Amino acid sequence: MIIVGEKINTSRKSIADAVRKRDSSYIAKVAREQAEAGAHYIDVNAGTFLEQEAECLCWLVETAQRELDMPLCLDSPNPHALSEAIKRHKGEPMINSISLETERFQSLLPVVTSQPCHVVALCMAETSMPTTVEERVQVGSELVNRLTHAGVPLEKIYVDPLVQPVSVDTRMGVATLGAISRIMNNFPGVNTICGLSNVSFGLPERKLINRSFLALCLSHGLSAVILDPTDKRLMSTLLTIEMLLNRDEYCENFITAYQAGSISDR
Amino acid sequence: MSDLKALIEAVIKGDISTATAETQSAVDAGHNAQDILDKGLITAMDEVGERFSKGQIFVPQMLRSAKTMQECMRVLEPFFQEGSITSKGKVIIGTVKGDLHDIGKNLVSMMMEGAGFTMFDLGVDASPERFVQKAQEIEPDIIAMSALLSTTMPSMRQTIEALKEANLRGKIKIMIGGAPVTEKYAREIEADCYAPDAGSAVSKAKDILGIS
Repeated sequence: MIIVGEKINTSRKSIADAVRKRDSSYIAKVAREQAEAGAHYIDVNAGTFLEQEAECLCWLVETAQRELDMPLCLDSPNPHALSEAIKRHKGEPMINSISLETERFQSLLPVVTSQPCHVVALCMAETSMPTTVEERVQVGSELVNRLTHAGVPLEKIYVDPLVQPVSVDTRMGVATLGAISRIMNNFPGVNTICGLSNVSFGLPERKLINRSFLALCLSHGLSAVILDPTDKRLMSTLLTIEMLLNRDEYCENFITAYQAGSISDR
Repeated sequence: MSDLKALIEAVIKGDISTATAETQSAVDAGHNAQDILDKGLITAMDEVGERFSKGQIFVPQMLRSAKTMQECMRVLEPFFQEGSITSKGKVIIGTVKGDLHDIGKNLVSMMMEGAGFTMFDLGVDASPERFVQKAQEIEPDIIAMSALLSTTMPSMRQTIEALKEANLRGKIKIMIGGAPVTEKYAREIEADCYAPDAGSAVSKAKDILGIS
């Protein structure tokens, strides 16, 4: 299971303040705590800085990689910000994300093929958000085909089936789950990734909903996830599900985590 | 009008069959359609919006009430003369150019409709030109714009500029919202107000038009 730590996002006030003040020690601390909690990639997102996004994203890349020798997930819908940030990044970043929207696809394709990287392919079509399993699979497949055709290896593609709130339409949860299964079956070797929190928009007890949804996504084949790895309860849930799904031989990861004191049910 | 109480309760609950039956019986009892709308349906939806803003009810409940109101309106519509429904105001709403997110925009639209505004929905990916064109056509009181991406927010500013160029800005109030949008951004681009959620969109809209 590939874990992307989501905490360095300027939509969070503490991160926005740190970016504004160029407080590198705070960013380093948030990056490190996520890495220690099990993240494989550290997400960096400076979207709220609008015109200064590219500059802020580059600063985040440099700051996080000065602290940690590990890859980052460069998170923006803005092709310009991504193409600037990728130049500063050491190693193979994850680019989050490309979609089928014409402008976004065309301006990002040269970026993701210019150097080795992992690519999140968001199931967003040219004119509308997909609602059904069918639409998600169609957009996801088109993205996989175009990206592999352009030379991106299948195992470096992470299809994001798009998670939408069940509060607005109760069919949205199963639409995402169905798309995960279908895409994983249609393209053996490809990855699927998603965030969890959209699913619970508009409802109370969101953490409970997010955690439960994670279990369902994993059982449908999800291979990567964007979450807060410092949320002990969520990470404990993840380890437990992996064990229950026969992805943890001799229950080793679960037991090791327990013995290290990092399994928590509260 | 104490006999609209059952209707109000049914709308708040989102009980479509009871609410439509109550609407019909209010009509049969001789109530004026505008009164049933104002003192029944809109009163109920005001309460729904308030409870939602306070966190007492949640999105599915709000949607259910809005749907209930729409069904009741179907019952009432034949009793209104063409164009005779008294509206709180005309509102053009849309998600801005380059942005396909419509969930928040739809929630706002539904709640404003529930509060008695007449909504003209441009859907998603609505360019400044489309806002201007629609504004020239219907002369709205408010234009409400939504953006869910930081990359599409600048289109809000561009739409306001386009309205100025078309000499429409002075006659129209502008309301904006969406996850990355802030009060500060609203001030920066000289929008009239920022609404953080569907419940407050209604009260802010009333505020900027100076109605209760």
